[in-house]
Amino acid sequence: MSADTTTEARLKVDEIYRAESRQVLATLIRLLGDFDAAEEALQEAFAVAMEQWPRDGIPANPRAWLVSTGRFKAIDGMRRRTRYDASLNELAKHIETTTSDPLEQTDEHIDDDCLRLIFTCCHPALSEDAQIPMTLREVCNLTTEEIARAFLTKPATIAQRIVRAKAKIRDARIPYEVPPPSELPERLDTVLRVVHLVFNEGYAASSGTSLTRADLSSEAIRLGRLLLQLLPDPEIMGLLALMLLHESRRPARTSTNGDLVLLEQQDRSLWNRDQITEGVTLVERALSSRRFGPYTIQAAIAAVHAEAPNTRETDWPQIVGLYDGLIRAEPSPIIELNRAVAVAMRDGPATGLELVDALLEHGELAQYHLAHATRADFCRRLGMNAEARASYQRALGLAKQEPERRFLERRLAELPG
Amino acid sequence: MKYLCLVYLEETVFNAFHSHERHAISDEATAYCDKLQKAGQLLAASPLHPVETATTVRVRDGKTSTTDGPFAETKEQLGGFLMIDVPDLNDAIRVAAHFPAARFGSVEVRPMKELGCAD
Repeated sequence: MSADTTTEARLKVDEIYRAESRQVLATLIRLLGDFDAAEEALQEAFAVAMEQWPRDGIPANPRAWLVSTGRFKAIDGMRRRTRYDASLNELAKHIETTTSDPLEQTDEHIDDDCLRLIFTCCHPALSEDAQIPMTLREVCNLTTEEIARAFLTKPATIAQRIVRAKAKIRDARIPYEVPPPSELPERLDTVLRVVHLVFNEGYAASSGTSLTRADLSSEAIRLGRLLLQLLPDPEIMGLLALMLLHESRRPARTSTNGDLVLLEQQDRSLWNRDQITEGVTLVERALSSRRFGPYTIQAAIAAVHAEAPNTRETDWPQIVGLYDGLIRAEPSPIIELNRAVAVAMRDGPATGLELVDALLEHGELAQYHLAHATRADFCRRLGMNAEARASYQRALGLAKQEPERRFLERRLAELPG
Repeated sequence: MKYLCLVYLEETVFNAFHSHERHAISDEATAYCDKLQKAGQLLAASPLHPVETATTVRVRDGKTSTTDGPFAETKEQLGGFLMIDVPDLNDAIRVAAHFPAARFGSVEVRPMKELGCAD
């Protein structure tokens, strides 16, 4: 075999690793019943592939070959270590007899394995701190270093959270399964929340100097697509649509010097039309299912914005109506605040101010910088400059992100008198 | 796998129920435990006397000290337990979720170690 074909085969192995390693891992976890053993088996299987495939050619079904080799290597490894730990022989025998060789199986269980992996990483018995890194590590194949960088924390912290999560999965015996239909809506909520949090972390970083971290958002969108392919549920459609419609605005959302640009001032010609088309189609499909929830309603709001040429010609009555629906589905003071903004666009800033003052009086949003920034904006538009100044200063005292702080400072400086 | 389900509740919350409600909850708990027992999932279960009856024991430097009261003073107190044997955590969560006190208290689900406590 020539050097060229060897290199070609190696490249092919790399390509298969990128495309298939998560599915192979997902199946190995089911067969071996252990995350760490499965990861080790996965690495061993690819090591064998690296050696054999350039020489013997790539097997007809590489994924099944890799699972089969990984399973065999794991059983073999347990047998070899039996002299140190007798229980391993029992375990090896158990795995050998209770699972069949994947080469003799069809691919139909593969999708289920992938879903099992997602539902296990997002199990509600794991903390949110653990669900997110577990999902990014095991399902998305990001390294702990990459996850740490994205969440502005130390790799050791992320590694520790993953180790703890795996220990809980093993010790508390969290099963590797897709929840039964009766529990699916509740469990899916947790999965969607994890995906949405990953997206938001990438879209509006919670602190730090840079406003967006695009990689996390694209991972979240990829997860959304994967979920939708595995489980056609309207709320998955809704969440994917919401992420795509928000992502479509990314190029217009920050100025060249990294400053925040409000929806009102964004250059809409910069919006990504392909993402908007896909998002709008998904929203329509989700809405027509009549089984949609809060993600779909939020996506529908984003779709109204996406289809409007500018703020003035936006269908604000429809947006207010959608917010009413959202508040019914998922009451929250932050949604009330967003509704107040839409009402102000429909009926004028005086009505908006009344709503925001009522919300602030209620207390829950008193420490939320955007509530004060919104109040400041209404006051500014009504010419109540002293009140606007006080509210901008409140907001500035609470805002953590540099670009948001710069935005508020700019607004303060622009106030007359 | 064996799990110990620790049932925590605020005694004042439970005592605030009407006596017929308390009896209904108690009957429901007893019936539920019977059902679990028949299904072979229940190893042991019992309500506990209130925390005022608790004594905490420690031995330090060979000396036994006993103090009045529970190990930790919290608003919700350990009110009883169920020891169950089910295949995995999802089943344990299902069992815990159907226990009446889960509706007004909390149930902590702890997997029990099969081997010694050092393992």
